[in-house]
Amino acid sequence: MSPHFLPYLVAAWLLLCGLYGAATSKNLVHLIICVAVLQTSTYVLLLAVGYVSGGVAPVFIDAPPGTRAVDPVVQALMLTDVVVEATVIALLLSLAVQAHKRTGSLDPDQLRPLRG
Amino acid sequence: MRRILLFTGLALLAALLVWGMRGLPAFGSYPGPYGDVINQVAVAERHATDTVSAVNFDYRAFDTLGEEFILFTSVAGAALLLRREKSEEKEDENDGEDRDRGRAPPPTSDAVRVFGVALVGLTVGYGLYMISHGAVSPGGGFQGGVILATAPLSVYLAAEARTFERIAPKTLTEIGESVGAAGYVLLGLAGLVAGVTFLGNVLPLGRPGEVNGAGNIQALNLIVGLEVATAFVVLLTAFIEETLRRRLRREDR
Repeated sequence: MSPHFLPYLVAAWLLLCGLYGAATSKNLVHLIICVAVLQTSTYVLLLAVGYVSGGVAPVFIDAPPGTRAVDPVVQALMLTDVVVEATVIALLLSLAVQAHKRTGSLDPDQLRPLRG
Repeated sequence: MRRILLFTGLALLAALLVWGMRGLPAFGSYPGPYGDVINQVAVAERHATDTVSAVNFDYRAFDTLGEEFILFTSVAGAALLLRREKSEEKEDENDGEDRDRGRAPPPTSDAVRVFGVALVGLTVGYGLYMISHGAVSPGGGFQGGVILATAPLSVYLAAEARTFERIAPKTLTEIGESVGAAGYVLLGLAGLVAGVTFLGNVLPLGRPGEVNGAGNIQALNLIVGLEVATAFVVLLTAFIEETLRRRLRREDR
């Protein structure tokens, strides 16, 4: 496999690891962390797509404008991604707190369909 | 049986991903053109030397408005999910003693106290630096806001619950969060009033590399910094509210 493909494979690997962990998890908090791992794959993918060989960070305070730099658009998208992940994790964790209040357990297999 | 199903699915997904990714441009040979165009024009057009901030708060400022409201609504959602229920209030009347018994947290160690308190000034300074230099160097409102929000967290871990309540009063953080969300929209509307576009630049641009330059980008950075910092403190307060109440009761005794 050529090195030009490796970052994409890392992204795929993180996605699969997160999915495997989430599917086999025995604890809701662990499951939520697995979802976080799963989402990091999108960071790697976005940054890999925007990378320019030999490019600097897209900050032109030291480097003069016009220097070869990586794509700032995907970096901005990744920032959005991070914010979304943080909010998703916060919501999922509060759902886990609720589930523990209702059922007294954090095992996803103990969760039953909604009761009235 | 479940495992076999899972591994079959994962293997299929892996094959699909690899097949799809083979169509992407090779790592390092970004085909452009958007990133390259912004890298060339952002400093001259917007006087912001950090083009990531220029994208977030100017070229894609409307998307960032949506992003800010994702944060706002999910904090509201989390606070709703974590609210106290009637059954829990009853438990409070008998002081929650039955549940507390034998589960009191161990006293905070001196090392945590010293280190936590020392960390507060550092995080506040670093957070403010990060927010205020968002248009100049890497960082910005989102990153700095999160750093700033960790200061109350270290106070919570290291100091009395009373101190936490004093530095991060619930009403004040909630007001700060709303002001942050509303401020973004209002600055956007100011663009309409000034006859530009929604979220178009209305503020003086200054010189590139100056902290008080970059017009709207810098102002939105500050607004988002306020929004993010207070939103995370509201979230933190919602998660620790029950423990905080118990600690306050214990300190009052």
